[in-house]
Amino acid sequence: MTTTHDELSAAPVERTSEGAQELTSADVVAAAEGLRERGAVLRLSEADAAAIEPDQVAADETMIINMGPSHPSTHGVLRLMLELQGEMVLRCKPIIGYLHTGMERTGEELTYLQGPTNVTRMDYAAPLFTELAFSLTVERLLDIEVPERAVWIRMLMTEMNRISSHLLFMATNGMDLGAVSMMLYGWREREETLRFLQEVTGLRMNHNYIRPGGVAADLPDGWRDGVLRLLDMLPPRLQEYDTLLTQQPIWRERLQGIGVITAEECLALGVTGPILRSTGYSWDLRRDMPYLAFDQVDFDVVVGSYGDCFDRYAIRLAEMHESMKIIRQCLENMPKGDYRIQDKKVTPPPRARIDESMEALIHHFKIFTEGFKVPEGEAYVAVESPRGELGCYIVSDGTSTPYRMHVRAPSFVNLQSLPHLMHGGLVADGVAIISSVDPILGEVDR
Amino acid sequence: MADDAATGAGEVEPQDGREAAAPEQLHGHEVTRSHDQVVLHPAREQYPDLLKALHDDGFHTVVDLTCVDYLSHPGRAGLPAGLHTERFEVVVNLINHRRRERVRLRIQVPESDPQLPSAFELYPGTEAMEREAYDMFGVAFAGHPDLTRILMPEDWIGHPLRKDYDPGRIPVQFKGAPANR
Repeated sequence: MTTTHDELSAAPVERTSEGAQELTSADVVAAAEGLRERGAVLRLSEADAAAIEPDQVAADETMIINMGPSHPSTHGVLRLMLELQGEMVLRCKPIIGYLHTGMERTGEELTYLQGPTNVTRMDYAAPLFTELAFSLTVERLLDIEVPERAVWIRMLMTEMNRISSHLLFMATNGMDLGAVSMMLYGWREREETLRFLQEVTGLRMNHNYIRPGGVAADLPDGWRDGVLRLLDMLPPRLQEYDTLLTQQPIWRERLQGIGVITAEECLALGVTGPILRSTGYSWDLRRDMPYLAFDQVDFDVVVGSYGDCFDRYAIRLAEMHESMKIIRQCLENMPKGDYRIQDKKVTPPPRARIDESMEALIHHFKIFTEGFKVPEGEAYVAVESPRGELGCYIVSDGTSTPYRMHVRAPSFVNLQSLPHLMHGGLVADGVAIISSVDPILGEVDR
Repeated sequence: MADDAATGAGEVEPQDGREAAAPEQLHGHEVTRSHDQVVLHPAREQYPDLLKALHDDGFHTVVDLTCVDYLSHPGRAGLPAGLHTERFEVVVNLINHRRRERVRLRIQVPESDPQLPSAFELYPGTEAMEREAYDMFGVAFAGHPDLTRILMPEDWIGHPLRKDYDPGRIPVQFKGAPANR
């Protein structure tokens, strides 16, 4: 870099005066707030927005309470400021940042090879997807194609991860609504899928398995048995959940017609994933903008029709079946070959070569200390994570670390739908709604 | 090679082969291609009109909005010839669900006056993303309904993703260091 420290410190870094992150009192902002929350989304005129506004209540009849950041049903450290009239939610403002650790900044310090260790910690329930988005972006910048086998391994592993993430949703959704047996079942089956991930990657979570150029290691001996065992075990268990919950009157009572959102609102708010599909809008990046080899496998995109919490539950349950379909096709079609690209610029030499070749040792050392250089440029690549569109935007300045690494986290954007979903509902419905949005706070705050 | 595509040599060979000489245009803006991805470079004043045009064209969702601080890498790649570069660049990714297309806008924002019109009225989904860009880079979005910090504490000083922000300034509060409160 040619910039000196003086030049760098010349830019002003001053205290900002943006005010507190608070919910302003209702009598000050009622009309404006209503227009902002619904008018902007539905593109209503001011008069139309005022018409759908329920009768304004005086400020002394409402109460502003904080739900969270440490609340069992906020999935970590989400804080919601709720304005309540009795038990009805009038307004809601999600306040985030409690888990912010500057991972995008950290990503600028790490080489492209170290990058996946960082991004995998964002969405800790579905870590392979962030690794995948990061790796695909780096490969796009490098203009390299990974071998067939690596592509199919990536598909197999991410679909397995989708199942484990949805099982986690089933567990926490059950827990939030008081179906404690569902919680235990969900954790139990998730542990089985994580065990398979552990057999392959070495870790239950935060795998650092998908890396630029391929995957970290080939599938171990006996992986087919592991997959088949899961494919045998899961369908009857999912059937159990179905029996336990889907037709159960209490479950339906708690979820049906709760937290309704329309497709138009979803698109305006940028909401993706199961929430968008629950409105009947058929959009799945795996099918609509295929990456990896998703254009070669056969699966269905599951959509709902009412856009409520029940649809979002049912979609995730059905998506697990679709993932199993894809996994079965991965089993059948898994090609032979290399699990990472044999490009000496990107791939370290095999371990055995290091013992006999000085050059291999130097090469190995250089790749792991300096990293490989990525040509100047910028790219954005998105994948369909269990929560929606997960994108990665990388700017490279030609060195071995990203100049800027940004992750478009689906949970971060999906959280914007909370005020719409919760408006006019009860606090207890709020719990069901947060649960059905399924935010992962590690990804929200990054 | 990747270098060619990134530095602009790849632009004269569009994938469809329709145009060889004149640069491709979209809504009156020159199109550059970055690794097969369509990128537009509107000026700050043209940004709201371009958003409007794109919205009418079916780009109903802003997928992502972020910012890049080019302080230590001013000679960046992929810009059309003759574009005046500034320190900040706001990057907006839009998607057209019907045609299954994406388009990316890169808008230059000067350091002396870091602000940009907000996209909130057209795309309410940019609310949190603009707040994040403001929080991390100090780029203000005029017309945003609630431009407060989103990830950092509300009394934080500075904008952490700026290249001149020194992340090492925060005192480590253990090993017997005097507490600052």
